[in-house]
Amino acid sequence: MQQLLLYLFTFLILIISYGKNPDKTRLALKKAWRSFENILPQFIGVILLVGVMMAVMNPLTIGQLLGDQSGWSGVVLASVVGAVTLIPGFVAFPTAALLLEGGAGLMQIAAFISSLMMVGIITIPVEVTYFGKKSTLLRNLLAFLFSFVVAMVIGRVVS
Amino acid sequence: MALLKKYRFAVFSLAVLMTLFFFDTPQGITALQVTAFSVKEMLMIVPPIFILLGLLDVWVPRETMVRFMGTGSGVKGVLLAFFLGSAAAGPLYGAFPIAAVLMKKGTSYRNILIFLGAWSTTKIPLLLFEMTSMGVPFMLARLLVNIPGILFIAWLVDFLISDDERQRLYLNAEHLAR
Repeated sequence: MQQLLLYLFTFLILIISYGKNPDKTRLALKKAWRSFENILPQFIGVILLVGVMMAVMNPLTIGQLLGDQSGWSGVVLASVVGAVTLIPGFVAFPTAALLLEGGAGLMQIAAFISSLMMVGIITIPVEVTYFGKKSTLLRNLLAFLFSFVVAMVIGRVVS
Repeated sequence: MALLKKYRFAVFSLAVLMTLFFFDTPQGITALQVTAFSVKEMLMIVPPIFILLGLLDVWVPRETMVRFMGTGSGVKGVLLAFFLGSAAAGPLYGAFPIAAVLMKKGTSYRNILIFLGAWSTTKIPLLLFEMTSMGVPFMLARLLVNIPGILFIAWLVDFLISDDERQRLYLNAEHLAR
C-alpha cells in the first residue's frame, strides 16, 4: 500500500516534470541511474550478508544470552549483537517481542533495538565511502554508547 | 581492477555465503531465500526513491536547499531533517545516497547527521511495527530518549569533525552525486 503510493507519487511528479521540461527530466533519470549504480556493489554485499545473518541467528540463542538476570553485561552483549546484526525493522520488532516472551530482559532488548537501528558495523564500509572514516566511526561509537542510555531509561520507565 | 575494487565487499559477502553453504547447506539455502526476499523488497522501494532523488537534484536550486537546510537554517532545518528522515522507508544504507545529494545541495553537516539519525530510529512506518509488538509505553519511552540522543550525537560529531575534513566530505559528496 505504502509502496503503491510511493510509485504513484513518483510517477505523477515525473509526468509533471516531463511536461515542464523533457530535457531536465531525462537528466534527472540519468542522475538517478548513476547514483543507483554507485551504491549497487555495496547493496549486493549487504544483502548477501543479511541473508547469512538471518539464517545463522536463532532467536532462542539470543534470548538465552540476554536473559533477565544478565544485568549490565547482558546489556553490553545486547548492544554488541545489535551493532553487528542487520535485521530489517519489520522483522526486528516481532523478534524482539518473541525474545521478551522467551525470557530476555527489557533493558537488554531495549539496548539491542537501539543499537540495531543506529549502529551498523557491517555497513561501515558503505558509510565510509559517503562520510569518511572519522565521522562514520564517531557516529557509530556514540550511537553504540547511547544504546546503554536507552536501556537504562527504558528499564526504569517501562515495566 | 577498478571493478574488483568496487565489488570487493560484495565478493567478500559472497565468500561468507559460500562458506556457510559448504559447512551447512540447509542454512545456506535459508540464507539465499532471505537474500532473494531482500532483493525483492529493495526492488520495490529503490527505483522511486532514486528517481525522486534525480528530480530533486535537477529541479531544486542549491540556494533553496541552503536556505531550508544549510548552516543558517536553524530550527527549520532541524525539523526538516527530522521529517525527511522519518518519512523514509528502507534500511539505513539507503539513506546514504540521499544524504550525498542533500550535501551537494548545501545541507549543513549537522542536519545531514540528524537526517541519518531520524532515518535509523524514528521512521514512521517502523513505529507502527514497534507499537504493535512492543507496546505504546516502550515506543514512547524509546522515542523520548532517542530524539534528544539523535540531536546530541549529530551536534557532537559535527563539532568533532575538522573544517578540512568537512570540506573533503562535501567534495566527495559532489563527486558521488554527479
